[in-house]
Amino acid sequence: MRSWVIGLQITHACFTVNHMVHYQARLDTTFAALSDVTRRGVLEQLGSSDASITDLAQRFHMTLTGMKKHVSVLEQAGLVTTEKVGRVRTCKLGLRRLEEEAAWIERHRQLWSARFDALDKIVEQLKRKEKADAQRKRR
Amino acid sequence: MPKEKEGSPAAMNRTAVERKSDRELVVTRTFDAPAHIVFEAWSKPELFKRWWIPKSAGMSLVSCDMDIRTGGAYRLVFRHPAFDQPMTFFGTYREVTPHKRLVWTNEESDQGAVTTVTLEESAGKTLVTLHELYPTKAARDEAIAGSAEGLPEQFAQLDELLAGGE
Repeated sequence: MRSWVIGLQITHACFTVNHMVHYQARLDTTFAALSDVTRRGVLEQLGSSDASITDLAQRFHMTLTGMKKHVSVLEQAGLVTTEKVGRVRTCKLGLRRLEEEAAWIERHRQLWSARFDALDKIVEQLKRKEKADAQRKRR
Repeated sequence: MPKEKEGSPAAMNRTAVERKSDRELVVTRTFDAPAHIVFEAWSKPELFKRWWIPKSAGMSLVSCDMDIRTGGAYRLVFRHPAFDQPMTFFGTYREVTPHKRLVWTNEESDQGAVTTVTLEESAGKTLVTLHELYPTKAARDEAIAGSAEGLPEQFAQLDELLAGGE
């Protein structure tokens, strides 16, 4: 039904982990999280609307404890985020956070690339100047 | 990620960014010059000013005060045409070891990172490692959220580039 949501999740998760050191570990966590039919169902569900753990437990005919475990696996993989307001823990797709983190790292890369390219030019000038000064002294 | 052309200066001297942990980010780059030269470009305000703000950012450095010594303070004020108010970045140099190490705090936000720059010279080249350590994961998450909202439009272009790049 909403398998595009999961497709999107995988695409974004892969995109994100691309930028990360713990590439393999992260990927393993993501795929492990997606390997379970209930957890895929939870992602589909959260794709249409946020839900509390109680809602999810009811919808998937599970105990609260069982659903908590599934949500925690999805959370660790960064696929879902949860927020506790009062006594209710609400779950939502973690996509935005993943996207933001990937974009943040990429922005750092772009910023430092630009800075360091400029620094490279200055360093090059200083090096040439130092060489010229040294030659002048020798004469 | 956009790929650089083979043989271009960017491909030879690549800037790498790694996420070390939930609280750390590491940027590395090798420069074809001895460490004292890289340090000079980093520690003399008149040189520092020429590379710290990328031209493409469209920002200008209004003032740049750098008291480069252990315990000294710095204060950088920027302007961007899209913003009425100037942006100020400030903090303290926790450690200044000429030609080797620079550590400074980023105090414009109360949960700012500590930045450590290490210069390692080998065979006339210098490896620069810039390490950003956030006090907590929450602080880093806040920096991510903040940067997504609060930074100048320059980054809109980067996001476009990002979206088209992969």
